[in-house]
Amino acid sequence: MSNLMAARGQMAFTLGFHMIFAAFGVGFPLLQVVAEGIYLRTRQERYLALAKAWGKANAVLFGVGAVSGTALAFELGLLWPRFMRLAGSTIGIGFASEGFAFFVEAIFIGLYLYGWGRLSPLAHWLTGIPIAIAGAASAVLVVGVDAWMQHPNGVKALLSDPSAVAPGPMLFGNPHWPVMALHATVACYAATAFSLAAVYAWGMLRGRRDAMRRTALHLAMILGTAAAIAMPLTGDLSGKAVARFQPVKLAAMESQFRTQAGAPLRIGGWPEPQRRAVVGALEIPGGLSWLAYGSAGATVRGLSSVPTRLWPDLPLTHVSFQLMVGAGTALVLLALWYWVARRRGFTRPLLWGLVAGGPLAFLALETGWIVTEVGRQPWIIYGVQTTAAAVTPIGGLWAYFLGFVALYALLGATVVWLLRRVEHGRWAAQAA
Amino acid sequence: MSGPQLADAAAVLALFALTAYALLGGADFGGGVWDLFASGPRALEQRAAIARAMGPVWEANHVWLIFLVVLLFTAFPPAFAALVIGLFLPLHLVLLGVVLRGASFVFRAHGALSGPRAPLQRTFGAAFGAASAVTPVLLGAALAAISSGGVRSPRGSLVAPPLASWLTPFAIATGLLTLALCAYLAAVYLTLETQGRLRADFRRKAISAGVALLVLAIADLPLMAAWAPRLYSRLASPSAAPLLAGGTALAVWSIAAVWRSRFEVGRVLSALSGIALLWGWGFAQWPFVIYPDFSIARSAAPNPALRDVFYAVGVGALLLGPSLYLLFRVFKGRNPAAGRPPRPRPHPRPAR
Repeated sequence: MSNLMAARGQMAFTLGFHMIFAAFGVGFPLLQVVAEGIYLRTRQERYLALAKAWGKANAVLFGVGAVSGTALAFELGLLWPRFMRLAGSTIGIGFASEGFAFFVEAIFIGLYLYGWGRLSPLAHWLTGIPIAIAGAASAVLVVGVDAWMQHPNGVKALLSDPSAVAPGPMLFGNPHWPVMALHATVACYAATAFSLAAVYAWGMLRGRRDAMRRTALHLAMILGTAAAIAMPLTGDLSGKAVARFQPVKLAAMESQFRTQAGAPLRIGGWPEPQRRAVVGALEIPGGLSWLAYGSAGATVRGLSSVPTRLWPDLPLTHVSFQLMVGAGTALVLLALWYWVARRRGFTRPLLWGLVAGGPLAFLALETGWIVTEVGRQPWIIYGVQTTAAAVTPIGGLWAYFLGFVALYALLGATVVWLLRRVEHGRWAAQAA
Repeated sequence: MSGPQLADAAAVLALFALTAYALLGGADFGGGVWDLFASGPRALEQRAAIARAMGPVWEANHVWLIFLVVLLFTAFPPAFAALVIGLFLPLHLVLLGVVLRGASFVFRAHGALSGPRAPLQRTFGAAFGAASAVTPVLLGAALAAISSGGVRSPRGSLVAPPLASWLTPFAIATGLLTLALCAYLAAVYLTLETQGRLRADFRRKAISAGVALLVLAIADLPLMAAWAPRLYSRLASPSAAPLLAGGTALAVWSIAAVWRSRFEVGRVLSALSGIALLWGWGFAQWPFVIYPDFSIARSAAPNPALRDVFYAVGVGALLLGPSLYLLFRVFKGRNPAAGRPPRPRPHPRPAR
C-alpha cells in the first residue's frame, strides 16, 4: 500500500465512520424534541417513553460522534499537513463556526440527558431545541469547508496575495456551498428517520406491535418521507452545481467519455476507462444534457477534455453515483408504499421493505459522499493542489490506518450491541 | 488592530483555550485517573461520584480541545503543519486516548448494563481509566516538546523528523506533571460534589496529588535547565517569574485549604494556581508558537484571516457564554445538592 493510498484510506474510513454518528446527531434530536413536545401536550405516556429511549440511544451515538469528530480535526492536519498550511486559515473559519455550533450542542446534550428530574418538564423540553438546531447548523457549516475544496471560491486572490482576502466571505460566499449543504443535511435526516423506522419495523416483525412502536414508526416515517422527497429535489440542484463547477466530476459520475451535445443519461453499467466505454448501462437519450443544463440538446463536457491523470477513479465514482440514485429512488417508493398501505395494516412485505430502508438510507449517504470526494480526485483543492502533494512525509501510514480500522470496528460493534439493549420503560417486553 | 497585535491576540486566545481545557477537560482526565485508582470499601461509590460529576459536562469540556486545534490551524497554519508532522505518533496516541476515554465513558454511563459489577462494565471502566491516565502525559509531553526544540522545521521545510525527537526526560517529566495537575484538580473538585466519608476519601486523594504536583514541579526544573535552557532562563523573566512563583504559592495554599476542609476555597485556589502556572509557561514561551522555528509573528495567518477568526469567536462567545453558564449553574455551582442524584421530581402524571 502506498503512503498516499494509506492516508486516503485512513481519512475515508474515519470520516465514513464519523458520518454515521454525525447523521444521527442531526436527525435524532429533532425526533426527540417532537416526541417530548407531543407528550407535554397530550400526556400520552408512549411519547415520553420514546423520548427517553431515544435520549439513551442518542447519548451513546453522540459520545462516539464527538470523539470520532475530534479525531478528524486532528487527522486533517496529521495526514494532509501541506493542505492545512495552504488552506488552514481559510477553511478554519468554517471549522471555527461549526465548532461553536458543536459546542452549543454538547452543552445542551449534557443538560438534556442529565436534566430529567432536575429541570421542570417545560425547561427540559426547551433544552432539546438548541440541540436540534445546533446539530443541523454543524452539518451545514462544516459542509462549507468541503464545498470550498470542491469549488475554491476566490482562491486566485488567496494564492497571489493572502493578506488581501478575507476568508469568511470566500468560504461562505461560495455558490457551491448552499446546494451541497442542503443536500447533505437532508440526507442526514433521511438516514436517521429510515434507520429508526427500520428498527421498529424489525420489532413488529418479531411481534412487538404495540401502540408505542406504531407511533415511533409513524413519527420516523413522517420525517423520512419529507426527507426522501427532498433528496431528489436537492440532489438535482447539487448535480447542476457540479455540472457548472466540476464538469470532469460530472463526466465521471455518468461515465461521459467524449464531449457531446445531447448526452444520454446512463443508468447502471460499468465504465471501462481503457476502452473508454460503458458496459451494460441503460441509456436515456439527451437525459444527462437535460438534467445538467435543462435542455436535451446541451453540450456536456467529456472526460476526454482533460488528460487521464486528472481523471478520478471512474468505476468507484460511477457506481457510487448509481447506487446513491438507486437507493434514493427506492426510499421515495418505500415512503409512498408506507402511506398507501398502512391503513390496511402492516403486511410482512411492507415491514421487510422498511427494514431495508435503514441500510438503504445510509448507503445513499455514504455513496453520495464517495461521489463528492472520490470524484474530486486527484485534487484535494479542486484545480489548485493535488492530494498527492498534500500528504504527510511520515512513512508507514498503513500501520496507523489498520490501527484505526481495528479501533473503530471494535467501537462500532460495541455501539450496535449496546443499542440493541436500549429499552422503552414499561413497554420493554410488551408484545402485540 | 495592526498585524502583530492581532497575531499576539490570537496567541493569547489559544492560551485561553488551553487553560480552559486544562482546568475543565483536565479535571475530567483526573476523574478517570481516580476511577482507575478507586480502592477500599467505597471504590464503587467513588466511581459513581466521578461518573455523576463528569456526565453532564465532559463533552462540553472536551470541545475546548477541538477549539484549540481549530484555532491553531486557522491562526498559525505553518506552525500547525510542523506540529502535526513532528508529533505525528504522540498525537495519534492522544487520539487513541481521546476516543477510548470518551467512548468507554458513554458506553458505561448509558449502556444500561446490569450493574457496576458486570464484566463488560469493568472492561469499559478499565479502558476509561487507562486512557484518562495516559492522554494527559502525552499532551504534557507535547507541550514540553514545542518549548524545547522537539519539533523542528528549519527554513519552513516539512520533512519527517527523527523518531521520538519529542521523547526527552524533560518531556516525560512534564507529562507526569500534567497528569498530577489533572488528578489534583479532579480530586479537589470532587470534594465539593460528595458528602461524608466519600468526601474524606477525595480530600485525602487531593492532598496526595497536590504533594505529588509540587514534587514533580520541583523535579521538572533541573530537567528543564538541561533540555530547555531557553525556557528555563525565561522563567526568571519579569513577566513569567511572578506568575510561576504565584502559581506555586497558590498551589501550596490550596493544598492547605483542602487539608483544613475548606473545599470551596480549595477549588478556587487550585484553579487559580493552574491558571498562573499555564500563563507563566505561556509568557516564558513567548514570542514563540513552537520554539525555535516558529515565532508568533512569522507563523501567523494574514491579517484578514485573523480578523475573521475574531469575528467568528465574538459571535460564538455570545452563544457560548449563556449556554455554559446554564450548564454549570444547573449541575455545579453553589447548589448544595449539586452532584447528588436529583430528588425524584415526577413528570406530570397522565391526564387520566
